[in-house]
Amino acid sequence: MPGTGKRVTLIPNEWSVGKLVTMTTTHAAEAPPPDGLQEHFDATIAHDQRVEPRDWMPDGYRKTLIRQIAQHAHSEIIGMQPEGEWITRAPSLRRKAILFAKVQDEAGHGLYLYSAAETLGADRDDLTQRLIEGRQKYSSIFNYPTPSFADVGVIGWFVDGAAICNQVPLCRSSYGPYARAMVRICKEESFHQRQGYELLMTMMRGTDAQREMVQDAVNRWWWPSLMMFGPPDDASPNSAQSMAWKIKRHSNDELRRRFVDMTVPQAEKLGVTLPDPRLRWNEETGHHDFGTPDWDELMRVIKGDGPCNEQRIQRRRTAHEEGAWVREAATAHAAKQAARTEKGAAA
Amino acid sequence: MSDDHVYLTLAEGHEDDTRWAYGTGFEDPLHGVDTTMPEGVDTGELAADCVALADDALVSAQRLAEWVTRAPELEEEVALANIGLDLLGQARLLYSRAGQVDGTGRDEDAYAYFRDAGDFRNVTLAELPGGDFAFAVVRLLVLSSWRLAHFQRLAAHPDPVLAAVAAKGVKELTYHRQYAAEWVVRLGDGTDESHRRTRAALERIAPYLGELHTAYDVRDEVADDLRQVTEAAGLPLPVYRPLPGSGRAGEHTEHLAPLLAELQGVARAHPEATW
Repeated sequence: MPGTGKRVTLIPNEWSVGKLVTMTTTHAAEAPPPDGLQEHFDATIAHDQRVEPRDWMPDGYRKTLIRQIAQHAHSEIIGMQPEGEWITRAPSLRRKAILFAKVQDEAGHGLYLYSAAETLGADRDDLTQRLIEGRQKYSSIFNYPTPSFADVGVIGWFVDGAAICNQVPLCRSSYGPYARAMVRICKEESFHQRQGYELLMTMMRGTDAQREMVQDAVNRWWWPSLMMFGPPDDASPNSAQSMAWKIKRHSNDELRRRFVDMTVPQAEKLGVTLPDPRLRWNEETGHHDFGTPDWDELMRVIKGDGPCNEQRIQRRRTAHEEGAWVREAATAHAAKQAARTEKGAAA
Repeated sequence: MSDDHVYLTLAEGHEDDTRWAYGTGFEDPLHGVDTTMPEGVDTGELAADCVALADDALVSAQRLAEWVTRAPELEEEVALANIGLDLLGQARLLYSRAGQVDGTGRDEDAYAYFRDAGDFRNVTLAELPGGDFAFAVVRLLVLSSWRLAHFQRLAAHPDPVLAAVAAKGVKELTYHRQYAAEWVVRLGDGTDESHRRTRAALERIAPYLGELHTAYDVRDEVADDLRQVTEAAGLPLPVYRPLPGSGRAGEHTEHLAPLLAELQGVARAHPEATW
């Protein structure tokens, strides 16, 4: 609870697993709000109304959101890389255009989300710095490599599908700018998912080699995709605060199960096998039973030992550092322009 | 769950697909365009023109795609990708048109993926590799100014398809030129380093300008654009020097073959596949 000064795990998903990624809040030092503000905030949350940038909000709520939104933005930006590798190599012009547009959308999503974080007082340059110094996380799914073109389709189907499951409830997040950004982002993600699935359908109707590529990609991406929902609920004890604040609406396990239920019939229609011998329909629960992801692997990837962690951060850092002279030039030009305008006005 | 309706809405929502980048939908690229060939047009010449213009666009788009995840700022990633997508869209329409009129019935991918470097007709400026951001925007300024001037004339072409592609392209290229010009001015005026780099980029492209003027007689328009921008940027105008060889004749630099190897590799490894 705000005001208690205890350590809270802020992001109820894979980016903050147990004690790995926690932030010490400064609630103890936070002055109590003037009369009525806390009550007004609580009532806003209780009545499912939106908190807006100029409203009073508890410090912990603000910090939780900044971090969640920043990590989401970073995920969009780092997420451009695994698929972006294939823009220059896509095997048809139509697929090239689709992929080019998708990766561009991800940059756009990153921009909306950084803007949403700025409405809470965050600074985009600071967030970028945290990303390239490895001080702030992004979704671990993007630390896996993309060795074949089928990966582009499977990422669309699984990763965008999982992102939709995670994010659709965020369209009702209590923080207005985040919720509104999510509405637009979810629409685009659903379009990407359809495109990914359509690519796989086309490949499955093609040659044996293409069908093998698809199955191989499904085998590699299935378990990491299930991990996108974060650790199991009993290992994620601190999600409660975000649920209470209605920043997050459903537990990790609920969302994971929903994703599996949605994906199984799609896999059947496609003609691929999901690599889980324990996967079966359970009449009693009305859901699928499925195996347990390798949580140790998730921990390793989060800690930086995934196949591509170093490469992903390095690419972003290089782009940022090599672009420094461009940003400096733009700033210098703007300053000169302003000085010239002022001089012109004074003359 | 209480938000199921949101999910269902997402699954529907197909009606606004048109707002997506051109050519990324699920339709025939020339869908809705009158493709009837008017009398008196030399189809061989028309097809060759379409292929050359498409090659310029495809090779440029490929170079722009290399900036994705490598640009100095996210806004620049979005802008360069936008420009690349526009050019890719132009290339697709032009290849499709070439296949309709040259009698071979080839589709866009046959031109893009199954011709070798010697069959490509793009100007060599488009194929030059990498370079820094100054080179990227200087090259974009020159190529978009040149293509825009040519497209403005092509908008009156007797072939309705080429005229339509050009008319649509004029709007796109006007934006590309504007974007590039703004950056060249910023970089030329900005800092000593950015000025030096932009000047070096202008010197690097200078030998390739002659080829542009041989291809289309739009020298005055391009020169006007360049003069305006370099003046505002405090940079010297590049001095033209003739360069042996011409991409329009299939004579390319050593850089085109590796570009095409990357572009074509997957498609050629699976010639029987459909994507």
